[in-house]
Amino acid sequence: MSLDEFFVTGDPLILASQIAIGLTMIGLIALVTYLKRWKWLWSEWFTTVDHKKIGIMYILAGVLMFFRGGVDGLMMKAQTSRPNLEFLDAQHYDEIFTTHGVIMILFMAMPMLIGIMNVVIPLQIGARDVAFPKLNALSFWLFFVAAMLFNVSFVIGGSPDAGWTSYFPLAGKEFTPGVGNNYYAIALQIAGIGTLATGINFIVTIVKMRAPGMTWMKMPMFTWTSLVTSIIIVAAFPIFTVALAYMTLDRLFGTHFFTVAAGGDPMLWLNLFWLWGHPEVYIVVLPAFGMFSEVIATFARKNLYGYKSMVFSVVGIAFLSMLVWVHHFYTMGNSASVNTVFSLTTMMIAIPTGVKIFNWLFTLRKGRIEFSNAMLWSLAFIPCFTIGGVTGVMLAMAAADYQYHNTMFLVAHFHYVLIPGVVFAVFAGLYYWWPKMFGFKLSEKIGKWHFWLFVIGFNLTFMPMFFVGLDGMSRRMYTYSEGLGWEGWLGFSAVGSIVMAAGFAALCYNIYWSFRYAPRDIGNDPWNARTLEWATATPAPHYNFAKIPEVTRLDPYWDMKKKGETGLKKSDLKPVHMPSNSWTPIFLGVAFGVVGFFLVFEWFTLAIISSIGIIIGLVANSFDYDEGYHIPVEELEEEERAWRGDLK
Amino acid sequence: MLKFKKGMYYLLLLSMPLFLAGCESKLVVFDPQGPIARSLTDLILFSIIFMAIIVLVVFLLFGVIVWKYRARPDNKDYEPPEEKGSHVLEIIWFVIPVLIVIALMIPTAITIYEVEDIPEGYEDQDPLVVHVTSADWKWIFSYPEQDIETVNYLNIPANRAIQFKMTSAGTMQSFWIPSLGGQKYTMANMQTNLFLVADKPGSYMGRNTSFNGKGYAHMEFEVLAQSPSDFDEWVEEVKNTADPLEEEKYAEILKPGVIGRMTFNNTHLDWIDHAHGGSDQYIDSELYRITHGDEEHEETDGHEDSENKEDTNEVETEEEADVHGDSGHDQ
Ligand code: HEM
Ligand SMILES: [Cu+2]
Ligand SMILES: [Cu+2]
Repeated sequence: MSLDEFFVTGDPLILASQIAIGLTMIGLIALVTYLKRWKWLWSEWFTTVDHKKIGIMYILAGVLMFFRGGVDGLMMKAQTSRPNLEFLDAQHYDEIFTTHGVIMILFMAMPMLIGIMNVVIPLQIGARDVAFPKLNALSFWLFFVAAMLFNVSFVIGGSPDAGWTSYFPLAGKEFTPGVGNNYYAIALQIAGIGTLATGINFIVTIVKMRAPGMTWMKMPMFTWTSLVTSIIIVAAFPIFTVALAYMTLDRLFGTHFFTVAAGGDPMLWLNLFWLWGHPEVYIVVLPAFGMFSEVIATFARKNLYGYKSMVFSVVGIAFLSMLVWVHHFYTMGNSASVNTVFSLTTMMIAIPTGVKIFNWLFTLRKGRIEFSNAMLWSLAFIPCFTIGGVTGVMLAMAAADYQYHNTMFLVAHFHYVLIPGVVFAVFAGLYYWWPKMFGFKLSEKIGKWHFWLFVIGFNLTFMPMFFVGLDGMSRRMYTYSEGLGWEGWLGFSAVGSIVMAAGFAALCYNIYWSFRYAPRDIGNDPWNARTLEWATATPAPHYNFAKIPEVTRLDPYWDMKKKGETGLKKSDLKPVHMPSNSWTPIFLGVAFGVVGFFLVFEWFTLAIISSIGIIIGLVANSFDYDEGYHIPVEELEEEERAWRGDLK
Repeated sequence: MLKFKKGMYYLLLLSMPLFLAGCESKLVVFDPQGPIARSLTDLILFSIIFMAIIVLVVFLLFGVIVWKYRARPDNKDYEPPEEKGSHVLEIIWFVIPVLIVIALMIPTAITIYEVEDIPEGYEDQDPLVVHVTSADWKWIFSYPEQDIETVNYLNIPANRAIQFKMTSAGTMQSFWIPSLGGQKYTMANMQTNLFLVADKPGSYMGRNTSFNGKGYAHMEFEVLAQSPSDFDEWVEEVKNTADPLEEEKYAEILKPGVIGRMTFNNTHLDWIDHAHGGSDQYIDSELYRITHGDEEHEETDGHEDSENKEDTNEVETEEEADVHGDSGHDQ
């Protein structure tokens, strides 16, 4: 392979990005060296096993990926804003919508949500960390390395270009011979291992480590939804693992699981993909439902309405989500009876979803609604998501779907569920839990800009897509001719995407501004909240709770505040056992990345040699007898006094 | 937060009439030109009524509640009550969606079964059989009874059921003529079946909706529904003027690329039916290799050069109209 096959050459846009990436890397390394921060980075971040820091790293990576995926989106909108534009050619457009989809779902939505789960869940259930802190760090590094591997494709070797769904036979070697789609198969496999480990970790954490007294029906809603999400992860991700393994075998070793030739079965890929893919959309939306529940209860100053039916709805949604995958290919020539059954199961999902919407509305009723930024996002979610939901029901009706399938109508639907359902939730969660992470609030004033620009831009961008879809425009078209009546809708939509991007810029500015100027003296409970994460210092100390709280009812912290039981007795302090930092997770992550890279290029000798790195990491990990360390009572006392004043 | 509620209210006002306006204007899905498309449109309109009611109820409740219970300086001391929930209310908003699902499910099931068959009133005549073979990035239509074949355009008689027997020579495509009915996939090594009817003569747009690589956006074709006598005349003319298709030429056509219209006086079914295997002998993955950079960009007419320099683009026949742009679906 010659060098100019290795690096993607010849396109000025890509050359510019290659140079920019190179310069940024050099700049960052120089900066860290100049500030003498290498040791700090290594010992405070790269080797950390603290769930809060891991959460922050997830969120940071998610924001970066949001930026990358967003630029992809803007480029697509620019290209289709007028008929017959030649800003991007077909190949680039195909690569961009593929990376957009993969990055937004797997490298933006997932890490953002898992990041917030990481920060919040142990605090919310009154635990000192997750069940397996080191495994948690490994999950993060596998995700991060996979994200980097996937992103490097556009400058080295070429990006995948068969869509985020990568349908066979198109995605096979027969029709996509380059290395691009190998990146898809390998990077997602690595990320998937990390996600699966996260699922197991959070199931064990939530099942085993809740504070005394926190029975199932006293768990906060976000904890419930995170538990159910983790269960779906464990149920669904192995399917994807298998599908990707078959894909890898087909592409790298010439097997025929999904090929046209030699009796392969491409329909098997569609089934496996959606057996994972549909649950996946609920994996990302359920934690979001939980966050909205917390935020709405806090700022309506009321407990969550219909808590029990909320729990049952979440469990019901999870169960049904495994039974609907065929709705993604009603048009594959299934028998009428198959399509009828899957129409029914799909529509049934709307029932528990509707129950949740009404419970949120009735939580608001009789409340005293404060329009903080976190609350604004949660409120905007309700009407926007309703539009996404009802169009989902329209798509669920198989016969009608014959007219919507693979059109812009479908694209509009899933953006109307994913953006309000996930992105709004992430924003709400960030505004709400930001103080818990960093000890200051994001600016409410700049946040209003962020909110209005983004919400208006979102509706302008995606509402027209419903109509252009009903007018016969299919998805993933890089260009279209004049006179079809589409350019009005698409031009409108392109303008909307700029407004939305301005909203994102406002968020970035808000983060910068607040880091510099926001007041730091906000106390431990800046929102007058209800759940345990606010019962400790803000930002949370590394040991989370000096004394594990005891729970007697839902919304325990609200109750404690009412009864004036938030204080801490000196006699209750005991030394706290903490896990030590570890180098093996980051080492293993990088080792997986190196092997993955060689596999992408099908350099098998190098891949085998470098897999020694993985073995070293695993062995070193197994022989790690570090028992952690104890924080002495004196240190606890000092830290607690610092924010509580005197102890009892 | 007057602004917030107002914003949402406008959104509601804006979106609903737009949805409903679709029924009168020319959005292609709301402008059916045959009995199958019509039953789909009826189902869609029926569902939109329910959806509009749901959206209306939720938006109204939302607007009223958010407005009424907003924090104001004068209700500073108001302490919201603790509410567990209400069994009656929760049962109500569980049962209502159940009823809506039932109401939607019945016509959905009926329509699903209905569109799999020749529509009512057209059974007296045998359907015209057309074999559809999709390839990268063109549509091949074979008329076995007439023993003729077209590429990238489809002529059919109006007022008669057409039975499409569909397959693919490689990647998966989706065959969709929105004015006449719903879509269905075409897949190599298997056959899918679709019935469509056009009520009256006219020209409609057909396209692929399932992404299948670089030339995907160009996989459009014109559907010309003609009166039976015009259709017969056209068949006659083809039989008199078109050349026969040879195996070599066919292999040429199947190479990845975007081409114009073609017409032949026989069908490729004489030697291969992709529904029953054999496609792999035509697949040459080298032709799909991407060379970034020195890549040929599209020609001005929107045609895309295939990677092979053998000028598959030039193999046009007497019907040389471009497949793009002029396939106007509103006639
Ligand atoms: C009310 C509940 C919902 C129903 C009934 C529903 C129904 C459907 C149906 C039938 C499709 C397939 C349409 C087609 O391919 O023609 C679809 C696609 C999709 N839905 Fe939903 N949906 C619902 C909620 C959601 C939620 C909550 C999410 C994510 C947060 C979501 C994300 C997606 C995505 C990503 C796709 C398209 C994937 C692709 O083809 O690329 N949906 N939905
Ligand atoms: Cu789905
Ligand atoms: Cu053309």
